[in-house]
Amino acid sequence: MSTNSNVSKKGLKDRVALTDTSLLLIITIVVFVVMYVCAVVFLGKGFTKPQTFLNILNENASLIILSCGMSLVMITGGIDISVGQVTALVCMACAVHLDFNGGNVVSSMFLAVGIGLAFGVVQGFLVAYLDIQPFIVTLAGLFFAKGMTTIINSSQFNVQNEQFQAMKTTTVTVPLLGAVNKQGVYVPAYVEIGVIVALVVVILLFVALRWTKLGRNFYAVGGNNQSANMLGINVKLTKFMAHVLCGLCAGIGGYVYFMHVGSGSPSHAAGAEMNAIASSIIGGTMLTGGVGNIIGTFFGVLSLSTIKNIVASLGLDEAWWTNITVAAMLCIFLLVQSVILARKANKK
Amino acid sequence: MTVSDNKLKTKNPVLGALGKLVQNQLFIPLAALLVLVLFNLIADPSFFKISLDQSSAGYPVLSGYLITIIDNASELAILAIGMTLVTSASGGQDISVGSAIAIAGSVVLRVLCGTDSRPTELKAPIIVAFIVCVIVSMIFGAFNGVLVAYFKIQPMVATLILYTAGRSIAAWINNNELPIISEPSFGYYGNFIPGIPLPTPVFIAAACMIIIALILKFTNLRLYSQSVGINPYSSRLNGINPQVVKLITFIILGACVAVAGFIKVSRLSTINYSVVAKDIEMDVILAVALGGNALSGGKFNMTASIMGAYVIQFLTTTLFKFKVNANAISAYKAVVVIILVVLSAPIVREKLMQLKKKIMPGSGVRKEVA
Repeated sequence: MSTNSNVSKKGLKDRVALTDTSLLLIITIVVFVVMYVCAVVFLGKGFTKPQTFLNILNENASLIILSCGMSLVMITGGIDISVGQVTALVCMACAVHLDFNGGNVVSSMFLAVGIGLAFGVVQGFLVAYLDIQPFIVTLAGLFFAKGMTTIINSSQFNVQNEQFQAMKTTTVTVPLLGAVNKQGVYVPAYVEIGVIVALVVVILLFVALRWTKLGRNFYAVGGNNQSANMLGINVKLTKFMAHVLCGLCAGIGGYVYFMHVGSGSPSHAAGAEMNAIASSIIGGTMLTGGVGNIIGTFFGVLSLSTIKNIVASLGLDEAWWTNITVAAMLCIFLLVQSVILARKANKK
Repeated sequence: MTVSDNKLKTKNPVLGALGKLVQNQLFIPLAALLVLVLFNLIADPSFFKISLDQSSAGYPVLSGYLITIIDNASELAILAIGMTLVTSASGGQDISVGSAIAIAGSVVLRVLCGTDSRPTELKAPIIVAFIVCVIVSMIFGAFNGVLVAYFKIQPMVATLILYTAGRSIAAWINNNELPIISEPSFGYYGNFIPGIPLPTPVFIAAACMIIIALILKFTNLRLYSQSVGINPYSSRLNGINPQVVKLITFIILGACVAVAGFIKVSRLSTINYSVVAKDIEMDVILAVALGGNALSGGKFNMTASIMGAYVIQFLTTTLFKFKVNANAISAYKAVVVIILVVLSAPIVREKLMQLKKKIMPGSGVRKEVA
């Protein structure tokens, strides 16, 4: 009996959420396409090459994973700002593990995932079961990870481990997208392993959100906590799971970042949480919860990194202009969301 | 139950006073301070030594760890004032204070130096620079406030914008140069005024506290921000405009940021955009939490927040004294934050109360004491 009403109500809720989701998703994709076309038209050269696009993916594989985790938490109405520093901690821990403790690649992977899960579990427990504001909990997590990174090792160093080097330099050739360079030699287009991992994560999470019970519960809890509870959804467990998955993503994302840079440093991934939040918001995830889409998040990351590339190729001093443009974009998308919410409230 | 409790309290004044003390908001920061003081006393009593030294300019100045603490805590205390109000009214915290301090400091230097990064003399009176800095900071505060109050974005996310962009804007204001001011009188505000042995920031912080005390005493700010924080809808029905109140608290925080930023640049007579006031937002939020104020808004106790700021600085200085790496300190503080928020979480409190009742059924123990 209860399952019947459960299904019909959730279906209704989903349809309402989907209209918002699709609207925001369309905005995101349009923004990305317009931006990329503008870049091709006005800046030409580099942006027409497929490899430029693939490089955006190469550089942002870890950000894609982090943002996906962030989106999950944001869909349930929470937030996790510790992911960036967890990434740094994962890099440092793995680097030390590989070079000083004689670990191998497989165990370092487990270490990375373990660190991420540990953060996810603790933060999820505090947020879901003790009902503490997610921002405060994860802010503490951020600073804890930051401090731990320095405690493990306070200076930057490159990993020498051969096994790891072999994995780091492995690339996957993408067929048909190669280009002929100035010397007339055909250079095949490639992506790093991290990109494959990122795409797998994106697809898995997309499927999970769309077609599994847990995924649908995320939307229900984010949309309305109390009615989700009335429908018999375990709200606390759902929130907890969102944080655990986000932590897991931070661990995986951290390892992908580690594979990309191949070093440990306390200053790694500084501000990555900010980029992840911005990507999620640009990708149409609502801060208030209940609305969001992993594909949108994926495009959010692409939009964000395209604008960074544009800024860089305009020759503006990257250090400040990137931050300012990212903040401006975040601001605009937040305002759009706010307007949509206000309109919805008026309709009611 | 409550009636009998009251009776017992009247019967037993000592216990009543003790109970009151534990319930008092000042109890948490005071207890934390006591723990730190005891720890330092046992570890190394020379921590509390204060000596009268000669400054490099030949004036007598007080020095010692305690002086360092009250000196360095000044900015924190000033920011805690604004942050308490913002927390109370909006139920969230402003995480952009560190970046906003970079902007404020950059504005001061820009006004004083013009476009010359190594000026031989100041281009404008210091008071003008200060006023411009206050105005700019208030505008940035208002920007945050508008996002929070009118666009209804969660405070921490709204301030994330300025948190990201702030230091870049600060660099942009001075064309990414690092101006240095050689004029000694500019350094008075962050260091010592010749002849006065106490550091000037202490006096500035005291002045700010007096001002906020007067404001809270003679205006309705406390009542308004608390009622907006507790329930914006019912305060609206009672004729308070919650949006304006939230905006005002953010603007006040902007003014606090300006003062703190001014002290920060004056300390060094220069600025480093990426380092100045780094991670100070964490300390300020921690100060508010340590003061026993609910981070979800509502009632607040200004004295406890300010006390919290000094306790935080005490902790920082203690850690520094024991040669803990500056970046590693944040891990210890994070642990403190977690312990504090866990202890103050309503669910945990309830559980603890139940546990207390189970272990010592209230009346029995009290009779024994009596």
